[in-house]
Amino acid sequence: MNSGVITPRPPELRPDRVSFARSLLAEWVKFRTVRGWVIAMIIAVLVTVFLGIFAAGNVNIGCQNGPNGPVLTGKACVPNYPIGPGGEAVTDSYYFVRQQLAGNGSITVRVTSLTGLHGAGNAQAARQGPLAGMTKGVVPWAKGGLILTSGTKPGSAYAALMVTGGHGVRMEYDYTHDTAGLPGSVTATSPRWLRLTRSGDTIAGYDSADGRHWSLVGTAQLSGLPATAQAGMFATSPIYTVTTPGGIGTTSIQSGPSQATAVFDDVSLRGSWPTKTWTGNNVGKGPAAPGTGFGYFRRSGSAFTVSGSGDIAPLVAGPGAASPTSTFEQPLAGLFAGLIAIVVVAVMFFTAEYRRGLIRTTLAADPRRGRVLAAKAVVAAAVAFAAGLVAAILAISIGLPRQRNQGSYVLPVSTLTEVRVIVGAAAMVALVAVLAVAIGAMLRRSAAAVTVAIVVIVLPFLLAVTVLPASAGAWLLRLTPAAGFAIEQSIPSYPQATTVFSPAQGNYPLPPWVGFAVLCAWVIVALAGAYALLRRRDA
Amino acid sequence: MEATIEVTGLRKRFGSALALDRMSFTVQPGQVTGFVGPNGAGKSTTMRVILGLDAPDEGHALVGGRPYTSLPHPMRYLGSLLDAGALQPSRPARGHLLWLAYSQGLTAQRVDEVLEQAGLTDVARRRAGGFSLGMRQRLGVAAAMLGDPLILMLDEPFNGLDPEGIVWMRGFLRSLARQGRAVLVSSHLMSELEDTADHLVVVGRGKVVADTGVAALLATAAGGRVTVRTTAVPAAVTALTRAGATITANGNGTLTISGLPAERVITMLSQARVPFSEVSAHRVTLEQAYLDLTRDAVEFRAQAAPGVAS
Repeated sequence: MNSGVITPRPPELRPDRVSFARSLLAEWVKFRTVRGWVIAMIIAVLVTVFLGIFAAGNVNIGCQNGPNGPVLTGKACVPNYPIGPGGEAVTDSYYFVRQQLAGNGSITVRVTSLTGLHGAGNAQAARQGPLAGMTKGVVPWAKGGLILTSGTKPGSAYAALMVTGGHGVRMEYDYTHDTAGLPGSVTATSPRWLRLTRSGDTIAGYDSADGRHWSLVGTAQLSGLPATAQAGMFATSPIYTVTTPGGIGTTSIQSGPSQATAVFDDVSLRGSWPTKTWTGNNVGKGPAAPGTGFGYFRRSGSAFTVSGSGDIAPLVAGPGAASPTSTFEQPLAGLFAGLIAIVVVAVMFFTAEYRRGLIRTTLAADPRRGRVLAAKAVVAAAVAFAAGLVAAILAISIGLPRQRNQGSYVLPVSTLTEVRVIVGAAAMVALVAVLAVAIGAMLRRSAAAVTVAIVVIVLPFLLAVTVLPASAGAWLLRLTPAAGFAIEQSIPSYPQATTVFSPAQGNYPLPPWVGFAVLCAWVIVALAGAYALLRRRDA
Repeated sequence: MEATIEVTGLRKRFGSALALDRMSFTVQPGQVTGFVGPNGAGKSTTMRVILGLDAPDEGHALVGGRPYTSLPHPMRYLGSLLDAGALQPSRPARGHLLWLAYSQGLTAQRVDEVLEQAGLTDVARRRAGGFSLGMRQRLGVAAAMLGDPLILMLDEPFNGLDPEGIVWMRGFLRSLARQGRAVLVSSHLMSELEDTADHLVVVGRGKVVADTGVAALLATAAGGRVTVRTTAVPAAVTALTRAGATITANGNGTLTISGLPAERVITMLSQARVPFSEVSAHRVTLEQAYLDLTRDAVEFRAQAAPGVAS
């Protein structure tokens, strides 16, 4: 080195306020000057987008409106699902025996029986009529009870109090709300008394096992309820599904229509019921609710027998829906694969320095070890967040229109939820990258750290969505860092909406932010461990 | 701030091995201090402790009176090269220097300057993994020089250099010392430091064996011995004994005299009119002096070649 005359000057010693910014800049330069890492992040984006869009495969959907109607395919087959008061897609079909209720008032009934029929979607039976070839049995979410609604148009605001096939008495309103009342099923020897009262916009539901002692099940505030509401008895029964575990990674789902019949008596009305007579009709029959429209009611003396088919519940993806539905986050299905590449890069971001002793140069340049760890974590998080965001936006903006064109109904969610899914997925990727950095810092060896990081982060997710039984998979998705995947779930897992709850269907055992918090907790613990070890160990 | 390194009473144990055993010395500005000792003597461990990378069990090391780890942008005070191979192989040379520069609040322009000084401009965008050991040493020296530091600390910088590189490195180190910087250079081969170091800290088994100027070390090692070849041995013995010298007769017409410098020997013999054909002061190489010093301190010594540390 042919240095000219360099006069050594004593540099001033004063605290350096921008030093963390310098550490960040240094770590960012470290990242971007290794071309392989940059390429790996691009690959992570491409893999996520490609898998998300194409791994679902091509769905060929055909349909026919009526026996002599034209055969339609793709987009034309998507039924117009009703939209509930909360903006969510709903199924709203049932048999309704009703009168008008003007102003405040109440209706009280005794339910003495809820029975049902169900089938398994046998094609031959279906040709003979929707209820042919069915077997006796009531499905768990078969419903019979009282309903007060703003109208008979599907998607109307309502509150209902009902007995169910397997979940006791429930108070439900506006599709997404569900509260439990008296447990147990209803029989002639153990009937249930139900009462629904309106006071302004407030609907209250009471149940009783003896007609004398009443308890409040719940109240509902229905905004915009007209002065004259429709109220009365209803019965409905959702699609019957049986899930049986198949071979590795498969479950066999059989489904078919079902019907519920409820018997009411001792109907007592309070308030102004101007129509005086009961009318019965099928609410919401049509392509959005196949197998419905065959309900009826019979009156003999003071007893009413009401029979209906369908459901009053939010629409969710899965076998319960009338036609293929998908969720907003479905195109993110490939994220786990991109995550593998990101985990490897984030681990190497630390372990590569240990491989050849570069960590000593790093710590000689910046002796504050916590700051080095923080700078690496922030850079890895920022890069991973950017990659996750680009991947999520691309996958969803390409994948969703493609699914719609193929005839899949994409369940609508609010813009806020869309932002949460996309930004949350990117944040989840960023947190995973930080976790991988911390694991790399603790284990120091690339192969070991990459293995551990994949095993604790990606593997639980893969096992849960493939080979593991649903309950075991659910525990993995509660306890491991893979719980963070829950942030992607756009449609809540409504217990009252009949479908198959499994991670493979996009249903996580924890609510989005709770799952995200579990991942955060892992990140904090791993960072603390990495910091303690970095401080304690000789470099 | 003073351009000094002060190492005081360092002790460090790795398992059952005592790596540092009360290591103490000071590195002064304006000279090249050679840090010499056989492999395993604790040189690299000491340097890691100075940089705050390893924590000593006892003692402390100060850079300009402060712990290295308390310096806000430490590479602007002390530039170091511990291991030329400590590089991310897939990162280009310039990238390596760039992140280091940014970490110290330095600019890309400074990176280009040190690349130029180290003669690496042409290969700046090549991956460091493809560099020869000599090029890596130059890159490491460029990194150490980034912050234009008052103090340089290089661990075995001559390793892997070709003869031309060794000459370059010597000149470079000397020029740094001439500029008033403190330079600490370790080596396990004393010969590498010949004509380079002004001061030596010789270590063995984790402690300082000798801390001395190079000239003084050579004089001590030679022991001030003078050889006289004469045909009048008894007269010479008489004359020199009277002057206070200790004399050993070698039996072949030569005498070995100690305790009297060569100039005095010549004066005394001339005054006593003793004929002599040769008076020569012993010359000892730095290597020989070092071997004498470390003979007891060498942990493992090859049987066939005593004194040569592996």
